[in-house]
Amino acid sequence: MAPGLSDGQDTHQVPTPSLWPIGFAIGIACVLVGLVVSVPVLVVGALIALVFGFLWVRDLFTTHPVAAAAPGIDEKSRAATVADLGDPVDRATFLSLSTIGVGALIGAGITLPPLGFAVLPSFDGEGIATRDVNLGPITSFPEGKYVIATFLENPDQGEVSRRTAFIRNNGRTDDGVPSFTTLYSRCVHLGCPVQPNGPIDEDAKTDVNGIELRPVLAASFGCPCHGGLYDSEGNRTAGPPVRSLDRFEFSIVNGDLVLGRVFSVANVQGTGASARIAKYYKAFPGVHVDGVERFLYPIPTPGSRG
Amino acid sequence: MAKTARRKQMEAVALYPLDWVEERSGLVGYTKWFLFRKVPHDISWAQTLGAAALTAFLSQAITGVVLAMYYKPDPNAAYGSVVNITEELTLGWLVRGMHKWGASVFIILLFFHMARTFLFGAYKYPRELNWVIGVLLLVSGMLEGFTGYLLPWDQTAYWATAVGINLNATAPFLGPFLAQFLQGGLYIGPDTLAKFYALHMLLIPGAIFALIGLHLYLVVRLGVTSPPWSATAAGRERVDGGGREGLIRDPAVQEEPS
Repeated sequence: MAPGLSDGQDTHQVPTPSLWPIGFAIGIACVLVGLVVSVPVLVVGALIALVFGFLWVRDLFTTHPVAAAAPGIDEKSRAATVADLGDPVDRATFLSLSTIGVGALIGAGITLPPLGFAVLPSFDGEGIATRDVNLGPITSFPEGKYVIATFLENPDQGEVSRRTAFIRNNGRTDDGVPSFTTLYSRCVHLGCPVQPNGPIDEDAKTDVNGIELRPVLAASFGCPCHGGLYDSEGNRTAGPPVRSLDRFEFSIVNGDLVLGRVFSVANVQGTGASARIAKYYKAFPGVHVDGVERFLYPIPTPGSRG
Repeated sequence: MAKTARRKQMEAVALYPLDWVEERSGLVGYTKWFLFRKVPHDISWAQTLGAAALTAFLSQAITGVVLAMYYKPDPNAAYGSVVNITEELTLGWLVRGMHKWGASVFIILLFFHMARTFLFGAYKYPRELNWVIGVLLLVSGMLEGFTGYLLPWDQTAYWATAVGINLNATAPFLGPFLAQFLQGGLYIGPDTLAKFYALHMLLIPGAIFALIGLHLYLVVRLGVTSPPWSATAAGRERVDGGGREGLIRDPAVQEEPS
């Protein structure tokens, strides 16, 4: 039988309940509320959590007089433990623990901001904002024929922002709304530039305000890198692509065709003005947007919402 | 032939600076510990592949530092600066050529070195940790290849990196986030180029230097492995517990050969 039980003190085996965890929990709650509401609340919450967390940890390291009388410890050493109560952690241990703690705090203070700065700007802000591009009057797009439109999305960035769209004027839908097919040229296998399979009418090429339009007789599109093939609606017909070609959102402003952000397409049913397009947030090439595989990519990429 | 007094005096004068350094730093002793080691008598050129890979890496580091003096990591200037280095600047063609072809040499030597280690069984106890560090070095080396390939900023560089980033994106769950981190913006652009440049010339080389330091420390501490066909080195006794003084558990008892 354990010594603690033999001397009839079993009711004191459990350390007196500590209030510190409750204060710590309140501090954490303040931090969480502060994250949503305001920075001052966050700071106050963090301070409360730090203070109570410190007291709690100190409490855990404090040897409780009765609890210390664990099985196998005789009366003599138990008495010594009680005598030590005033100084539960000796000076050297305290100093080395606090040195490690302060070092860890300084280290976190130095490394966390650069780490956040290295990662976070890729996922928000100006860098991932799309710009609308005005392609000129819709009358420059002949009905039923594809036109290769190349343009700079952001002329300040220069050639690196050059995009290509395959645009077909479908006339009007049954509701009388103008309809355009606006395929984005990047292959949805791994992002190479897809080419229209057909002769380009270079004589009919126009170049207005840096917007280059070239009519092309194409009923399909092919990718030179790994042989992906798409039909005239951008549906995959052969090769490795996992979905249909991405498209631009478009609007018509004062008779001009304006391209907006890019979205991804699972597949297209029907053709031209009567096509039914399964639309999703823009995904990286090679990423499934439908089927069971979509569960492998549960969170839309930041920036895909335009 | 006995040394003359004059000769002894000359030697003492010549070696005095070394003694001065040794007395104040111990560096001469450490250098001897690092360089003048006992190795098995039946090693061959196969055991020099690691040193060859190290030399290739140092060549990459030196030529890379100098190329960084003339390269401009900006989308509108990068390709022009590479052309300028290659065609205009004195000796630019040579240093860029060393860096470009040396990259392939480095990777090839890494694979030869790894093949030697694998085929000779040199990854076995107690050298497992050095194999692990070696694999990290291989991964870092290939990351150098991936990030460096974009820097010439020509069509090959651009589209190969597009494919590479999008390949990363196809990994489940975190793939798109990794790709977005690498790409920086919505498309491959100024952010991508600057990021790849920083990774290529600062972060990854730093990691490689640190890993090489660990790798070499373990090579010196554990010694060079005998070839598998070596008769003399097999079953050799450990001296002084083989430097395992820090073990928490008791050292394994040497098994009796049966």
